[in-house]
Amino acid sequence: MAGHTTQLDAKTLWGGKESPFQTSYGKLMMWFFLVSDALTFSGLLIAYGFTRHDAQDAWPIGEETFNSMPFLGHGYPLLYVALMTFILIVSSVTMVLAVEAGHRMDRKGVTNWMIATIIGGFFFVGSQAWEWSHFIHGSEFGKIELADGSQAIVKGHFGEIKNFTVLESGKSHKVGEVMKEDLMHEFQHAAEKGHLEGGNIHFADGTVAKINKAKDHEMKLIIKKSGSQFETGGAAITGAAAEKLYYEALYSGEANRVVYGANLKQNEYGPQQYAQFFFFITGFHGFHVFSGVMINIIILLGVLAGTYHKRGHYEMVEKTGLYWHFVDLVWVFVFTFFYLI
Amino acid sequence: MERDDLIEYSLHNHHDETTGKSIRKKILQVTILLTIITTVEVLLGAMIKQSSDAWAYVKWSFIIMTLVKAAYIVMVFMHLGDEKKALRNVILIPYGIFILYLIFIGLWEAKEVSSALRSFGF
Repeated sequence: MAGHTTQLDAKTLWGGKESPFQTSYGKLMMWFFLVSDALTFSGLLIAYGFTRHDAQDAWPIGEETFNSMPFLGHGYPLLYVALMTFILIVSSVTMVLAVEAGHRMDRKGVTNWMIATIIGGFFFVGSQAWEWSHFIHGSEFGKIELADGSQAIVKGHFGEIKNFTVLESGKSHKVGEVMKEDLMHEFQHAAEKGHLEGGNIHFADGTVAKINKAKDHEMKLIIKKSGSQFETGGAAITGAAAEKLYYEALYSGEANRVVYGANLKQNEYGPQQYAQFFFFITGFHGFHVFSGVMINIIILLGVLAGTYHKRGHYEMVEKTGLYWHFVDLVWVFVFTFFYLI
Repeated sequence: MERDDLIEYSLHNHHDETTGKSIRKKILQVTILLTIITTVEVLLGAMIKQSSDAWAYVKWSFIIMTLVKAAYIVMVFMHLGDEKKALRNVILIPYGIFILYLIFIGLWEAKEVSSALRSFGF
């Protein structure tokens, strides 16, 4: 492709005409930008590695944290991220096909492949939005602080909450009333505040209600912070023992024993920095994808308007292509170091 | 000052349908390869637990597979393999040296910080 072999005399060579790289200014600058951007991402991933190396066993494992699929629920480790990776790889392929079509001056081909790339990009950004939302809302069990001071993440199937039966009247509820709305939200809110006691839920207006809940299945506690009795890195606690420990802590009536989901102050998956790295690295990458889609749209408009065809070459498509492939490249590394290892 | 004697390198990238066909074939091959590698990675990640003895090998195989994927993306999709050798070296060598150093210093320091914190009881 860069098989440019024009013979040049000394005058031309020393006149600053011949580029040693035999490539255009724009493409070269795009490469330099990508190198600097790659350094930024490497810095982030190495900082992640530093923190993780430091935290050892307490660090969450990808397959434990990311095991949900849209519409299907839990129990599909890494499948969703794999799908996201595949979407991004495919959109990278359609981009390289657009570049190839451009080299043949095939305007229709460039247009079609560019549209396919943009659709892939939107799919990826959408998937990432779902992933974030899921990460922020967290699981139904949350992370629990056990009686000995250790902290455990909880896996299994959460038994559905059927209703709350009011035992003591408050301002807005009477004895015997059966509450059926917004159960999970009320339950988790009360759990965080320590308003669950011995199987009852206490509301701010003075109402006390009994929680009618189906039994949980296959509960498993994985210790992420050592306490006086349980330590990290050991086998998971399962079955009746797990249920006893979990509900003892959840129904203790103490605030801050359970954490649901993630924010910048705390998260249910592991050390505090984990969620911060998740938000920053995948967020920064997602922002790159979003800008990439926008740039692709602008270039597509140029293709449709015939700007590049008139210019005689589709190098603008090639340059945005470089950026788009770079975004894919970064994701390959994020996928390995954030989700797999 | 506008210069009209500059070489327009952008025009040298054109190719005909026959070359295009072989390029598209290569793109398809690389796509299949990348998909296979990703599938293998996910299967390994889902099947082998981090607590198992085989994990150290799995971890290194992940890193190698990632580097293979990265190499194909950079060399084929980003056409760096088709550029001049000088350009390829200018991009890859400084970056490679710097990143290897950064990885070394990052992980080494992490180990030291971790043991220091532990010895002070954190």
